[in-house]
Amino acid sequence: MARSQVRQPQKPPIDAWGAGRLGLIFSLLFRYGPPRWSQYVRKHWAGKRLVIGVPFLWLLMFFAVPFVIVLKLSFSEVRLAMPPYAPLIERVSEMAYAVNVNLGNYAFLLSDPLYASSYIYSVKVAAIATFFCLLVGYPMAYAIARSAPTMRSVWLMLIILPFWTSFLLRVYAWVGLLKTDGLINQALGVLGLGPYTMMYTDFAVYIGIVYSYLPFMILPLYSNLEKHDLTLLEASADLGAGPIKSFLRITLPLSFPGIIAGSLLVFIPSVGEYVIPSLLGRSDQLMIGRVLSDEFFANRDWPVASAVSIAMLLLLVVPIVLFQRYQNRELAGARR
Amino acid sequence: MTERQGNGPVDRTNEYVRIEHVTKRFGDFVAVDNVTLSIFKGEIFCLLGGSGCGKTTLLRMLAGFEAPTSGRIFIDGQDMADTLPYERPVNMMFQSYALFPHMTVEGNVAFGLEQEKLPRKEIAQRVAEMLDTVKLGELARRKPHQLSGGQRQRVALARALVKKPKLLLLDEPLGALDKKLREATQFELINLQEKLGVTFVVVTHDQEEAMTLASRIGVMDRGEIVQVGTPTEIYEYPNSKFVADFIGSVNMFEGRMIEDEPNYVRIQTPDLPCTIYVDHGISAAPGATVWAAIRPEKIDIEREEPAGRDNRARGVVRDIAYMGDMSIYLVKIDGGKMVRVTLPNSVRQLSERISWDEPVWLTWDASSPVILTQ
Repeated sequence: MARSQVRQPQKPPIDAWGAGRLGLIFSLLFRYGPPRWSQYVRKHWAGKRLVIGVPFLWLLMFFAVPFVIVLKLSFSEVRLAMPPYAPLIERVSEMAYAVNVNLGNYAFLLSDPLYASSYIYSVKVAAIATFFCLLVGYPMAYAIARSAPTMRSVWLMLIILPFWTSFLLRVYAWVGLLKTDGLINQALGVLGLGPYTMMYTDFAVYIGIVYSYLPFMILPLYSNLEKHDLTLLEASADLGAGPIKSFLRITLPLSFPGIIAGSLLVFIPSVGEYVIPSLLGRSDQLMIGRVLSDEFFANRDWPVASAVSIAMLLLLVVPIVLFQRYQNRELAGARR
Repeated sequence: MTERQGNGPVDRTNEYVRIEHVTKRFGDFVAVDNVTLSIFKGEIFCLLGGSGCGKTTLLRMLAGFEAPTSGRIFIDGQDMADTLPYERPVNMMFQSYALFPHMTVEGNVAFGLEQEKLPRKEIAQRVAEMLDTVKLGELARRKPHQLSGGQRQRVALARALVKKPKLLLLDEPLGALDKKLREATQFELINLQEKLGVTFVVVTHDQEEAMTLASRIGVMDRGEIVQVGTPTEIYEYPNSKFVADFIGSVNMFEGRMIEDEPNYVRIQTPDLPCTIYVDHGISAAPGATVWAAIRPEKIDIEREEPAGRDNRARGVVRDIAYMGDMSIYLVKIDGGKMVRVTLPNSVRQLSERISWDEPVWLTWDASSPVILTQ
């Protein structure tokens, strides 16, 4: 008994490949990616620092520094100049510097209902699209994971294949399909149906997002489902559970990490999606990505645009943190 | 006191499982070849064989995970052909245990009962009772990955037994445990089986495990059942060279029968200068090639030349393996053949024992050899 008492779940040591706090993309990339080198790395400390150093440097240069610049911008005042904002730290005289921290941009976001409604609309569209993505992606991932091992790479290839064509082109192609005299309505017309208005609706945006981001849902789900131990399903059948019961009680809960990963990979970029709603979506209700680009390019209001993007980031940080917490718990569970 | 079921007599009147001419093919490969077998209520039946002999396939057909290519399986008199795994009155303990990793010990054990749609209260009660039976009450809230191998094995057993199956299938139930734990668990299994009166069908490649657990053993080779019998029958009266060789170790002398009487036979073998005299008759044609199989523990080592002309051989001790309770001697006899002899180490003084390179005589009783014709 004494021996078993020791086996309490322990907080996992921070993995060298950064399941820790190195950021979402990072952990997702390496969770489903290369082999665990952490054992090797743990033994060779100098090597470990070097290995972690590279991604840290990368993140510093391409994430932390730009982020600080945007953060700084969001606190400054707009100016008709080049660059179009007031410096945060201004030299007033020989001896004195003034720090102009301007919270006005954030106050402005709160005062104008356009922003709040865009945020809510973006989250709503992203959430619904993610849900449909899951609905379509899960069966596909499941089918691939259960197909003959030799065929799996073929199916996965087909999933990834559309990426080889320009994203913009593929979304444009949907215009041709969805518009009132487009291919779909023509086909329906032959059957004596329609025409239906599909373009410039939420429906078209959902289609666009589901279509474009489906691989991001399928790949993490596949990599989860593919690892399932199928004897668990036999055990479940043996204990009297039919196929549906077995799926709901065994496969579905065990694929939860895959569902979370896939959903976040679809949800997060969908919230800030710009191209799809611009080409396919409504004109009376903007998504936040469009608002941001309008602020930046049309209004040339860099500080407000920065504030918009910082607010969006905060909006997304909540699910990211939740995900990481969940992931860490899963990691703790998976390790013996 | 009820009689111990483990190696006790088998009640052959109460057939529970009947396997009739069952064959299973995977493509060209015949995994199970025309097996006919009866398993009786309340016994522990062991399917014993090397890897790839079809024993697990046979078990999986009983559970319903594989369908026989031909032949029929009856459980409790009912043809199982169209019965899906989740409808069978059978539970299985998997070799890998197949515990649900996302559920607690309690959740795992309760799973089967929940499928029967029993009231919550009854489920909780039966789960608690079963966990007490396998001594896991305190670990009810743990997840499988927080348990040791032995504990996981007991959860798997509890999960299968809590449904009160009439037939429990166990696939290498002790394979993942270390030796000490395995021995202890064997007896726990037998006790549990007696207490609950469940029929066990155990698949194993470990002959010791089969010997201790089983009331009867079915030895399998290349998809066929080659012999069925109690552990004693299988060990002392193997019906073929394969069985004699597979169960325990054996010294095999190939020879020709030169005298064939109803109450004795005499066999001449090129390996021995003398003949092998066996004090019981066998059914084989005179002059036919036969094999005399002698178990190592049934051979005696002596320093003095034994009396009599038969059943003896002179040789030199070539190797000794000291096992603690007994020693294995490899003796090279005059014909050049190596003979394996085991002797209990009943004396502590080393000087008393026979040592390397000592010339010795080997003898055995006229009742010891088993004469095999195939």
